[in-house]
Amino acid sequence: MNSVEGDTPVLQVRGLSLYYGSFRAARDIDLSIPRRRITAIIGSSGCGKSTLLRSFNRMNDFIPGFRVEGQVRFAGQDIYGGSVDPVSLRRRIGMVFQKPNPFPKSIYENVAWGARVHGFQGSLDDLVERSLRQAALWDDVQDGLNHSALSLDGGQQQRLCIARALAVEPEIILMDEPCSALDPIATLKIEDLMRELATDYTIIIVTHNMQQAARASDYTAMMAMDDDRAGTVVEFDVTEKVFTRPKDKRTEDYVTGRFG
Amino acid sequence: MTKTRAMLDRELTDINELILRIGSLVDAAIEHSMQALAQRDVDLARKVSADDAGVNALRFEIEEACLALIARQQPAASDLRAALAAFSIVTDLERMGDHAAGIARTVLHMGDEPLLKPLIDLPRMAEICREMLRLALQAYIQRDVEKAVLIIAMDDSVDALYTQIFREILSFMVEDPRTTSRGLYLMFAAHNLERIGDRVTNIVERILFMTSGELRELNPKVSKAVADLLE
Ligand SMILES: Nc1ncnc2c1ncn2[C@@H]1O[C@H](COP(=O)(O)OP(=O)(O)O)[C@@H](O)[C@H]1O
Ligand SMILES: [Mg+2]
Repeated sequence: MNSVEGDTPVLQVRGLSLYYGSFRAARDIDLSIPRRRITAIIGSSGCGKSTLLRSFNRMNDFIPGFRVEGQVRFAGQDIYGGSVDPVSLRRRIGMVFQKPNPFPKSIYENVAWGARVHGFQGSLDDLVERSLRQAALWDDVQDGLNHSALSLDGGQQQRLCIARALAVEPEIILMDEPCSALDPIATLKIEDLMRELATDYTIIIVTHNMQQAARASDYTAMMAMDDDRAGTVVEFDVTEKVFTRPKDKRTEDYVTGRFG
Repeated sequence: MTKTRAMLDRELTDINELILRIGSLVDAAIEHSMQALAQRDVDLARKVSADDAGVNALRFEIEEACLALIARQQPAASDLRAALAAFSIVTDLERMGDHAAGIARTVLHMGDEPLLKPLIDLPRMAEICREMLRLALQAYIQRDVEKAVLIIAMDDSVDALYTQIFREILSFMVEDPRTTSRGLYLMFAAHNLERIGDRVTNIVERILFMTSGELRELNPKVSKAVADLLE
């Protein structure tokens, strides 16, 4: 079982295998994601990081032929069990993608949208302001909430997407290489933001940037591909350990740049 | 293998070579300081003392190389541990150089006062220290834990010799207080050698850290030699 003592898990992955048709993209994953911590998932390209991340809020359900074995336990139930509604699951487990993908609407509407969809009762203005503040974007945009979201720069757009995810008050935020399209300054702003958010939210981030995983996360899961190209979690530990004294040779080779 | 990875390997190899070089300078300093003591060779003693500046300079060069590697390559895991181990080992080596220079300066202080007694245990102590140093350098380069661990027991014999020398000289001084200054010279030399042995043990700790990631204290806080004397 890949877990570390001390922090309570919010998400428990048990014997999870993920398939695209007959191709198994991930095999026998066991993982306990600690609550209100930042967990990074690292590993070489194609080893199944995004597939695993998307399986945490059933984003893969949209892909024809996608299939799951095993369990992802969240809030006392298996999210793939019959009684779980994927739409409300995705409200509780939000997602931020690699490329910022704001809607071609106003900044305000981008943030308010999810709340409207979920039938939010209360002051939308307050919710928008709160979410933008949490995403460290309020100061940049408060005087232009009606401007198009597309007028923002890349880093701001990504923080807007984070604000949009926060507006529906999720418990977990999944981030798939959220900084890969951003410059170093915008990247550091996102990392600062992740640190702020981790007091209230659980963050799981897929990153191919090892320095980012090393400095921004509390825990690190290392994934690698077996001979049949199925991804597995080969090591899970506090980040400090993974980057100073990894136990697994594949982790060692990956974090020291000896892969291939 | 990527070009960047090859560059990192190259930089680590360069640091290893510099460590070997400073190690052999220190080894020579111990050898020559003991030779100066045995033969009362003032010129040689002056040379050992002057050459210590070269050890100090090389130490900073190695620290620079480690800093540059850490800043530019941002090493992780065993690479990071190797860079940190080198940084720490070079400090121990530099201090060993100081101890050798300390023996040389004792020779200069002695002027033409004859040795209190013929040297028997002191050269033996020095030989063990040098053997420990050579083994440590090999173990460091080869990342050979088994070799490194052999050194721990050798330091125990250095400590035992130190205790023996200390007692012997003390008895001379108690019997005839006029021998005190001559006795102290030899005690200084023995003390420097005992410290050298402890420094090699520090290097062993760093080799264990580098290879396994384990941080373990091998030197008891109070040197065993001193503890024995206080009993
Ligand atoms: N929609 C899909 N249909 C079929 N195969 C896919 C699909 N998405 C990803 N894969 C395959 O699954 C494996 C893992 O992909 P992915 O999870 O994107 O890896 P990573 O995020 O680690 O780069 C790869 O072999 C990839 O080609
Ligand atoms: Mg991916």
